[in-house]
Amino acid sequence: MTTVDKKKYKVIGTSPIRHDGADKVTGRAVYGIDYHMPGMLWGKILRSPHAHAKIKSIDASKALALPGVHAVVTGKDMAVAADIEVEAGETSLNYMHLSDNVMARDKALYKGHAVAAVAADTQHIAEEALALIDVDYEVLTPVLNGREGMKADVPLIHPDQTTKVMAFRFDPGTDTGEKSNVAGRSQLKLGDIDAGFKEADFIVEREFTTSWVHQGYIEAQNATAHWNNDDNITVWNSSQGTFNQRQLMAEILKHPVSQIKMVPLEIGGGFGGKIPVYLEVPAAMLSKKTGHPVKMTMTRTEVFEGTGPASAAQMKAKVGATKDGRITAAYAELVFEAGAFPGSAVGAGAQGMFTAYNIENILIDGYDVVVNKPKSAAYRSPGTPQACFPAEAVIDELAELVGMDPLDFRIKNAAKEGDRRADGVQHPEMGNLECMEALKASDHYKSDLGGPNRGRGVASGYWGNAGMPASCSIAINADGTVSLAEGSPDIGGSRTSIAMMCAEAFGIAAEDVHPSIKDTDSIGYNGLTAGSSTTLRNGWAVFEVTNQAIELIKARAARLWETEPENVDFADGVFFSKAEKELKLTFKEMAGKLMETGGPISVAASVAPRGAGPSFTTHMVDVEVDPETGKVDILRYTAAQDVGTMIHHDYVEGQVQGGTAQGIGWALNEEYFYDDKGQMLNSSYLDYRVPTMLDLPMLDTILVEHPNPDHPFGVRGVAEISVVPPLGALANAIYAAVGVRMRDLPMAPHKIVKALQEKNGKTK
Amino acid sequence: MATVWIPTPYRDLVGGVETVVVAGSTVRQITRNLDTAYPGFWERLVDDETDRIRPGIAVVINGVVIGTALYEPVGENDEVHYLPAIAGGQS
Amino acid sequence: MAAVKTHVRTTLNGEATEYLCEPNQSLLEVLRDVLFLTGTKEGCNDGNCGACTVNMDGRIVDSCLVLGVEAEGSDILTIEGVATPEGLHPIQQAFLENAALQCGICTPGFIVASKALLEKEPNPSEARVRHWLAGNLCRCTGYDKIVKAVVDAANTMGGKK
Repeated sequence: MTTVDKKKYKVIGTSPIRHDGADKVTGRAVYGIDYHMPGMLWGKILRSPHAHAKIKSIDASKALALPGVHAVVTGKDMAVAADIEVEAGETSLNYMHLSDNVMARDKALYKGHAVAAVAADTQHIAEEALALIDVDYEVLTPVLNGREGMKADVPLIHPDQTTKVMAFRFDPGTDTGEKSNVAGRSQLKLGDIDAGFKEADFIVEREFTTSWVHQGYIEAQNATAHWNNDDNITVWNSSQGTFNQRQLMAEILKHPVSQIKMVPLEIGGGFGGKIPVYLEVPAAMLSKKTGHPVKMTMTRTEVFEGTGPASAAQMKAKVGATKDGRITAAYAELVFEAGAFPGSAVGAGAQGMFTAYNIENILIDGYDVVVNKPKSAAYRSPGTPQACFPAEAVIDELAELVGMDPLDFRIKNAAKEGDRRADGVQHPEMGNLECMEALKASDHYKSDLGGPNRGRGVASGYWGNAGMPASCSIAINADGTVSLAEGSPDIGGSRTSIAMMCAEAFGIAAEDVHPSIKDTDSIGYNGLTAGSSTTLRNGWAVFEVTNQAIELIKARAARLWETEPENVDFADGVFFSKAEKELKLTFKEMAGKLMETGGPISVAASVAPRGAGPSFTTHMVDVEVDPETGKVDILRYTAAQDVGTMIHHDYVEGQVQGGTAQGIGWALNEEYFYDDKGQMLNSSYLDYRVPTMLDLPMLDTILVEHPNPDHPFGVRGVAEISVVPPLGALANAIYAAVGVRMRDLPMAPHKIVKALQEKNGKTK
Repeated sequence: MATVWIPTPYRDLVGGVETVVVAGSTVRQITRNLDTAYPGFWERLVDDETDRIRPGIAVVINGVVIGTALYEPVGENDEVHYLPAIAGGQS
Repeated sequence: MAAVKTHVRTTLNGEATEYLCEPNQSLLEVLRDVLFLTGTKEGCNDGNCGACTVNMDGRIVDSCLVLGVEAEGSDILTIEGVATPEGLHPIQQAFLENAALQCGICTPGFIVASKALLEKEPNPSEARVRHWLAGNLCRCTGYDKIVKAVVDAANTMGGKK
């Protein structure tokens, strides 16, 4: 369904075949892992087998003596990066922490932490060499849980770290001076929760946990680097942001940013995990040492253990409502495990967790706790799936106490334009209520569950979306086609959606625009392919370049028609004389006349858009739970999401479906299993087990188009939020099916069986 | 005069209230005047070395994220927030 | 240290192909790093993601679990051999028309595996498609559009007969 009066578009809203499609279905597309150079060496990383250990010494002499080995580097070979925090688009970053995460210097802080890197003629020789590097460790007791890590008598992972009370990540805040694994404490407060809870007739307070989960992109991290004799460094890799990684490289290597070129190859998934740098740094260092280009790729185990998964969280939520179903107050405590260095997404979780609702009194306490696990990274709506899970579960319990349908309860409390979020900001125009009402009007809602042990759950979600700068350039070809250069890596089809906006502006077909993604030397600055911002911000950039080009072409048409440019107008792909109606030429015809009217036209523009517009969504799921085995079968799933103006219909829908599938995995079976020494026990796809085709049904969508009023094409970010609601929706559906409230993720079969046994034991 | 929403952990600087009214026609002036009335804000919000809003903070005016733009104009009845800068992890 | 290499003769995408490989090199490694046919993707290198699926003597295998030397005398089809100079295979076309790929890294494996299915069973049910392709992981799409693409391709291919 579509809503709100929408502009009439010819290209926008259709589903043309993507421009990189033929390359990707024939195997010709070159991804980061596919890159190859003559004379290239292979690099491999030696990783700590311990979750927490002092590195007393590293002896690489035996490895270096192995024929075919060219060089070994360790953390000591790296300059010490500045201990400062900087804006990195995604979140802020501390360069020293980032550098220490790329390769440990004095202490290994998690199992899988890189401690040395070797370059050799082949991958196999490099692997052999790793086994010959002697590292003398002093094994320390690991800290493996956020709440445990907050206690006074546990080992300190960073002995000098003190807790700061912060409003923002990495602000100087108020240093409590208390040495602790709690890196930061923050709070969001709106209104007066004591007064709010006093007003409530029903109050539900519960505790929840979630496990570490991984983005699970199929292409492992990789980097090929060449440090040239003139000290120019080139890196070919798959990343979510070349310009951001260029900056990170410059800071870690202490190398001028202008002497680093990042070349974006095709990227096999990212979901937030390919924002930081990992292999890029040792690959460059090994290249410098050997004079050869060096390629490095991670194994799947290295990806699980040595990159940035999403934080586990321990949480409390308390929500109150009146008898007539109005939520009066909400409280939450969020403890997020940041991993080995500070900086979990707890702040984003706090900002998102109650935001789909209009609640006047809110208090959320957030704790960012370091533990001996990999440093967390962004994962699709970072922090928000974890935090919305308790919110949605408690709100579901309240709906039951009040005696309202869970969807009606949400509709009654839905946040609307002008309502305030927990941080005090007023909601702009958005489609939150429309999503809920669309779901209520759906066939799914009206359908019968049709059997025992079946239940239906709903949950809502919010994600703020990001803006970030973008640059693009166009060149108009004589045949009326357009070459479009972009600088944001395309992970899910964004080059086509951006090309479609370009085509729309010129009144040509999507196929007449030829998009390509350029390296950092060949295009202006671009932010990350993250925050659901790529189509939004590049749409702005395309709007700028096409408008500028149209003005230039108007002048050419004026020359042809021997009039002034202001007498020429452009609409629906046609340039025409305002005075003489018969004087008109299409964009394509004008493109053929550029050479004779002054030469070719190309335009570049950079933008820093604002008004990203938030995302809202509500999901509904039917499940059947096998009470004997605890297995949950998903019978039917519908995601209703405000997607703004859809540019490419099918790829918008694909984002909604893909995020939903990841949320289902998060809810039902994905987790990092650790033993008490901090060893991950399931670091393979077989044992970690992301959802397969057999685990999922068709994923139905209701795409509510509430155009973003602050975007020239009405674009609103669409890519992240769908991962948020499945956690709560499935917990609520399982309760509706078999009467147990699951509050610890994942809701694996053995946990459901145990919960059912406890419930039946009690009732007997 | 703009209405400035005080981040919760800093409300002790302003006597515990959610908002204060501050004069100024740019983010810079607002932040300066806020600091003059309630000392401590400038250091927390602005990095003097770079003359920028500190990393990790996004200034929001009337609900629109304007990022680190210290010289952004602020209107007479505008609402100004200082929020954590947050993006995400698209596929 | 590099081991002595073995001379292997195969038929690869219809053409006689010879290569030298070490005893510890997988077929996937040979395809990607020796023959530079990088359309066959590496996702896990332990047989759990299906990104490296190739067709070997009529059955689909994870090429990461086959040694390069084992391919002696085999007839191998990789993603590079699926399209013809006349155009894309109907399954490739269906993947494009149904938007069945986002990042596209899993796509070659899905296409090679789907082709083997439709050659055996021209009209599979949705359930059969899901069962056959359960060894191929996709993290972007939620599989919905992949299932639709394979069913769509089956209809197209059936229609041509």
